[in-house]
Amino acid sequence: MSRFGKSRGARSTRPSQGGSAPRPASFRLRLGLLFGLLTLVGIGLAGRAVQLQLVQHHFLAGQGDARFSRVAAIAAHRGTISDRQGEPLAVSTPVDSVWVNPQELAGNSEQLPRLARAMKTDVHELVRQVSTGMDRQFMYVKRGLQPNDARKVRDLGIPGVNLTREYRRYYPAGEVTGHLLGFTDVDDVGQEGIEHAYDNWLGGEDGAKRVIQDSQGHKVEDVEGIRAVRPGGDLRLSLDLRIQYLAYRELKAAIRDNRARAGSVVVIDVRSGEVLAMVNQPAYNPNDRSQISPAVYRNRAATDLFEPGSSIKPFFVAAGISSGRFNANSVIDTNPGFVQVGANTISDERNFGAIPLSMVLAKSSNVGMARLALALEPRQIWNTLSGFGFGQVSASGFPGESAGVLTNFSHWRTISIATMSHGYGLSVTPLQLAQAYATLGALGIRRPVSLLRVDTPVTGERVLDGQVCASLLHLLESVITPEGTAPLAQIPGFRVAGKTGTAYKAEGGGYSLDRYVGTFGGVVPVSNPRLAAVVVIDEPTAGKHHGGEVAAPVFSAVLGGALRLLGVPPDNLRPAGKDAVLSGTHVAQR
Amino acid sequence: MIMDDNRDSAAKRTFSATARLLSALKLDGPLLVALGLLSLYALIVQYSASGQSVDTVLRTLMRIGLGTLAMIALAHSSPNFLRSLAPWLYFAGIVLLLVVDAIGYVGKGAQRWLDLGLIRFQPSEIMKLAVPMFAASFMHERPLPPTWRNLLVLAVIIVAPAGLVAMQPDLGTALLIFATGALVVLMAGLQWQIIAGLAVAAGGLGVIGWNFLHDYQRQRIRIFLDPQSDPLGSGYHIIQSQIAIGSGGLFGKGWMNGSQAQLEFLPERSTDFIFAVIGEEFGLLGLLVLLLLYLFIVSRSLFLASQASGTFARLLASSLALTFFVYVFINAGMVSGLLPVVGVPLPLISYGGTSVVTLLAGFGILMGLYSHRKLVNS
Repeated sequence: MSRFGKSRGARSTRPSQGGSAPRPASFRLRLGLLFGLLTLVGIGLAGRAVQLQLVQHHFLAGQGDARFSRVAAIAAHRGTISDRQGEPLAVSTPVDSVWVNPQELAGNSEQLPRLARAMKTDVHELVRQVSTGMDRQFMYVKRGLQPNDARKVRDLGIPGVNLTREYRRYYPAGEVTGHLLGFTDVDDVGQEGIEHAYDNWLGGEDGAKRVIQDSQGHKVEDVEGIRAVRPGGDLRLSLDLRIQYLAYRELKAAIRDNRARAGSVVVIDVRSGEVLAMVNQPAYNPNDRSQISPAVYRNRAATDLFEPGSSIKPFFVAAGISSGRFNANSVIDTNPGFVQVGANTISDERNFGAIPLSMVLAKSSNVGMARLALALEPRQIWNTLSGFGFGQVSASGFPGESAGVLTNFSHWRTISIATMSHGYGLSVTPLQLAQAYATLGALGIRRPVSLLRVDTPVTGERVLDGQVCASLLHLLESVITPEGTAPLAQIPGFRVAGKTGTAYKAEGGGYSLDRYVGTFGGVVPVSNPRLAAVVVIDEPTAGKHHGGEVAAPVFSAVLGGALRLLGVPPDNLRPAGKDAVLSGTHVAQR
Repeated sequence: MIMDDNRDSAAKRTFSATARLLSALKLDGPLLVALGLLSLYALIVQYSASGQSVDTVLRTLMRIGLGTLAMIALAHSSPNFLRSLAPWLYFAGIVLLLVVDAIGYVGKGAQRWLDLGLIRFQPSEIMKLAVPMFAASFMHERPLPPTWRNLLVLAVIIVAPAGLVAMQPDLGTALLIFATGALVVLMAGLQWQIIAGLAVAAGGLGVIGWNFLHDYQRQRIRIFLDPQSDPLGSGYHIIQSQIAIGSGGLFGKGWMNGSQAQLEFLPERSTDFIFAVIGEEFGLLGLLVLLLLYLFIVSRSLFLASQASGTFARLLASSLALTFFVYVFINAGMVSGLLPVVGVPLPLISYGGTSVVTLLAGFGILMGLYSHRKLVNS
């Protein structure tokens, strides 16, 4: 290129004169060359623009869209659960959850104390949470914030802190309906009870929408709905909250007074199979998550098995009457107060002698029951028990419900028939037992147990002759007399049929001698049965342990109240204890 | 026809009156128009890039006004005056840079500003003008091309302030200061062999210099070579700006409709990365218009430089013109992913700083050097 030969010659030309610029040609050449270079660079830049904006346009535009276009979920409102009258039992209230982008929040860590104050959480805990999540971009720091507090958090406007709308479950009746309803988890998914069983129906389906969001993740604009939100359906239970409250109160008092370990009450509407009340003790408050542990949230009435003891006897008697070998007036000889079955001895409290069937039930004679059961075909007994629903899961649909234990008759031995007749060697759930009493009350028509309100009449399935049931109910009225085991189950103004049970608890291969389960199952009013109920008191330790002492009073209080609440007309306006029909029977027997 | 003639002559009269005014102000018409158009472009884009902030636009208007005043004042100054001013400006700038570095050292952090209470200003901005002025004035009475001894002096003149700025640390500005000085030397007739030699030496120094770079500066170069290696960290700027430009397409998404810019996915959108906002909102056409405006300004400036008389005037004028383009090249190259990220604003378009004032002042000097040539010649 230029060798600057001229420049050397021009050295003598001093520019101090101002006029003579040195080597203008060289200077201009350089300018020209540089201008050419600049033009090339300019073309290079333009070329880069063409490359990005025309050649790679499609790809880069897609990348751009991917940055601001998001599919956001629209939380579906969870359906309300109400009792049969429409009283809300579980409602969803809108709450906001706070989530953070720890990486983004790290730059604003001085804001953490303010955030903690707004969320009402411990600042040290918050700092710990955020610092452990530094490798993440999404992290919940507070779920289910009340709208007021959520507004405070939003107003702080801390970058990296965001709110999401969610729904939180609230149970107005708290403990009273806790076992039946169950609860939802933090993501509003049913975990137990009705909430779990009907989760699909209640939960609905979250919707989705396309949103535009800025680099902070703040939603700027809704663009389009992708999938409409399907709100959860409401659920109307068969429960009558008034009766439920009553049952809860009475059971709780009985458990306290008898210093019992646990207990259950189930009340069923005989005419429809609907469960009107279902309570357990110990109870828990589903609104307070800190209380939730399997030991307390189990719905014992549906999940826990127990040996029913004498409260199973009416169903053996039903088998006996329907076999034709026995009738309401049959007399059974219980002399000498015990019976030898193989190597085992089955005995009564004392020698009742030859007594009519009504007194076998009233006195709860084990010997009488064994004689009756051993006179029957095992198949006959099994058919009757199965017909009443023992050994099968009921139709309630309650999650985790037990089927009970009723082995097939082909495996029965003589001794097992004898012990089963007074309620050992088979096990039931309180719900199952209540269903059996309800079937008895429906005069042999078994209707599926329902936890949901039933508006159309249920036909049901006949499992026992109506006459047999009627006479059995009549026999069971003797239990409630002063001569029977459960005079405390009397309800003034109503005829009550029922049976007590007092079973030793099984433990370590044998039976405990001081731990009992006291039960009472019954139907009321006898002349036109409306309600059936079972009361189970597990391990009463305050002295009394007979079903007639610990469970019968609860039955009387709960059903007495329930009958009034339901406006059921009394069928026995004569003074209690002077039941003409029953005494008549007695007279006739003697 | 007559009316046309009248209108024609009226237009001519207005034109000649404007020409007289410009000549009295010692300003160059074509360059002034181009600068005006560029400033208008800047205001339009800044309004959008700042998220419709009127405040931003007003501040920029104020700076343009300040720069115009400086431009008119400097256009009036004679080359001789500027030449005598050069050493004072240069050494004052060096002192201020030392002060800023000292404050920065004490404050343990980047320090570029000098807070004068009312205004904050960057001494490094002065150096962008002072270095080429002083270098040109140094060569004014010396033989061209520079002797080895003079080259050494020039090297000190250039490297000292560039080094001080780099220590702040502000690599982008240091680079520009170095470029303005180097362009003076280049235009002074540096032998091509030496240029080639220096280029090789610069390459070698670059390797050594790597060790002296701050971590964040090294990271920038690494990221430039592979932006996807850290897409959410240091590579974020480059990836986001290329996406913004690319998604603009041929015609762009429209003013204030650039999703990347408006939704703040694009970092530094109203300052260093405003080129990407133009690319997204005005598309390829918007970028080509911008580049053509720049090219026109540079070519007009180079023409003015070629017409200037005297070594000082020519060296200074051509350095200023070329530096302007270096600015454009570095910024546009960085934003479009051709160069590593260095903090150099897009001249006269980016918001903020005192660079608008300095740049307009530089054009004032350029115009003055041109309009004073006849005076010198006569």
